[in-house]
Amino acid sequence: MDTLEAVVRIAWLAGAAAFVLGLMRMNSPATARNGNLLSAGGMAIAIGGTAVLLAARGQAGLTAWIIILAGIALGGGLGLYTARTVKMTAMPQLVSLFNAVGGGAAALIAIDDYIRLANLQTAALLPNAIPLQIAVPTVLDVVIGSITFTGSLIASGKLMGVIPGKPIKVPGGQLVTVALAAITAVAAIYLWLGNVSVPVLFVIIAASLTFGVTMVLPIGGADMPVVISLLNSFTGTAVAMAGFVIGNDVLIIAGALVGASGAILTKLMADAMNRSVLNIIAGGFGGGEGTVAVTGAEGGTVRSLGVDDAAIQLAYAQNVIIVPGYGLAVAQAQHAVRELAELLEARGVNVSYAIHPVAGRMPGHMNVLLAEANVPYPQLREMDDINPEFERADVALVVGANDVTNPAARRPGTPVSGMPILDVDHAKSIIVVKRSMGRGYAGIDNELYVNPKTGMLFADAKQGLADLVAAVKAL
Amino acid sequence: MSPELLGALTVFVLAILCGFAVISKVPATLHTPLMSGANSIHGIVLVGSMVIAASATDLLSQVLSFVAVAFATMNVVGGYVVTDRMLQMFKRKPAAAKPAEAGAGEAPKA
Repeated sequence: MDTLEAVVRIAWLAGAAAFVLGLMRMNSPATARNGNLLSAGGMAIAIGGTAVLLAARGQAGLTAWIIILAGIALGGGLGLYTARTVKMTAMPQLVSLFNAVGGGAAALIAIDDYIRLANLQTAALLPNAIPLQIAVPTVLDVVIGSITFTGSLIASGKLMGVIPGKPIKVPGGQLVTVALAAITAVAAIYLWLGNVSVPVLFVIIAASLTFGVTMVLPIGGADMPVVISLLNSFTGTAVAMAGFVIGNDVLIIAGALVGASGAILTKLMADAMNRSVLNIIAGGFGGGEGTVAVTGAEGGTVRSLGVDDAAIQLAYAQNVIIVPGYGLAVAQAQHAVRELAELLEARGVNVSYAIHPVAGRMPGHMNVLLAEANVPYPQLREMDDINPEFERADVALVVGANDVTNPAARRPGTPVSGMPILDVDHAKSIIVVKRSMGRGYAGIDNELYVNPKTGMLFADAKQGLADLVAAVKAL
Repeated sequence: MSPELLGALTVFVLAILCGFAVISKVPATLHTPLMSGANSIHGIVLVGSMVIAASATDLLSQVLSFVAVAFATMNVVGGYVVTDRMLQMFKRKPAAAKPAEAGAGEAPKA
């Protein structure tokens, strides 16, 4: 090892250290941004070091440099453009897309490496079979990377609405999954036994790519955050395997770090939704055959409420709790809700926001949206913190939230049972802004809507809030 | 088992333990940004993609490594930028410096 290589390896080590410290700092809101910048700095050092090493070694010819620079320009341009222009509501699907390409890149490294080794062997330049210490991580990298690639694309498509968010049954279901897993396992063992075959590798690739699709399709849109987080952890593992294939420590460290921290994060997310990761992968809401049919609303009647009545209730209340949900996010109504809140505050009403851990599309998503609309951070209250206060609230204003307010979750035997909910029904009166009586992701009726204390204001979240603002102003 | 493989395995296992330890009790608010931040870190695969691109000689290898570099760079650049945009939202705005901890629920203002 010469001096240059030593220096570059230390640069890689510095990068890895920055990733660890950056992730630690991202555990707390106060230091999170700083942590992300630290991590980005580490990445820049690691990539810069690699470029210096390649340049100094002179092993990369002109063509290779064109490939590298063109690839960086294309990928970097696309990444920068999409990341800067994406709407706050569409962020989760973009993260999933970035995860897909990361997994794809990891798989390509192993595929390329394997084909080269196979070619060398055909040309009899490589005396022995591909050693097990290469063959094992190669297959694992290809399998995990391919599953993440298609799985993340499907997850992204579901969040974008390109693919329906509701669970889609794969024809053949379990049988297909088992068959794909069996094909992959047999092919993997064949390669590990010392056989060298590029076609068999492609069988593995095809089976894994299909597996990624069949794994995510049957999962409902509400569970996508957990799935994306799980696939994120997968990509980390695939990158670590790529590190073993090409013998690069920084890939191993960063990949293993993301693989492990991603797994913990996935569990935290699933816990926040009171779901188990296994259950989600096994089929999600309504996917299982044994789901109890829900009678739901027991034939109660729904009371429709006019804008002016709702405005009066809000304007003369002392305490109002706003419950924003996914409908608010898709309608881009975060600015309208802030305007209404400011108007009410000017009239002396106490306003706070009850944020369910999974409000919006992902945990923490609603906080980001409301912060974007300049809602003061102290007004955003977490579920456990605000639930006892619903009893003292004169009005709970539910905007586009459904399943997370359904009192049915307190009873056993419904698809939402056990899910932590906001105690909206404890408020003295309830106003629900909603487009229709449509169901949420869980696919069941919301008992809150037939509560005698509830008035339904049927409108699109943004339009409904704008109407309320106008009506409050006119009072 | 070669010393290199043993060394790599050591690093791998310790990094996994490190990953487990590094995530502590995270408020739900930060779940999405944290996932996005971790997502950017596996963009380190760009280093590997550059290495294979440097030694690519035949056309297939060149195409594969070009796609790998482009994919990985998209992961790195997009990941960090989008995470930063999310976290920017958490920065305390001057308006947030209201005296009342607006949560108490009681004591309506004026």
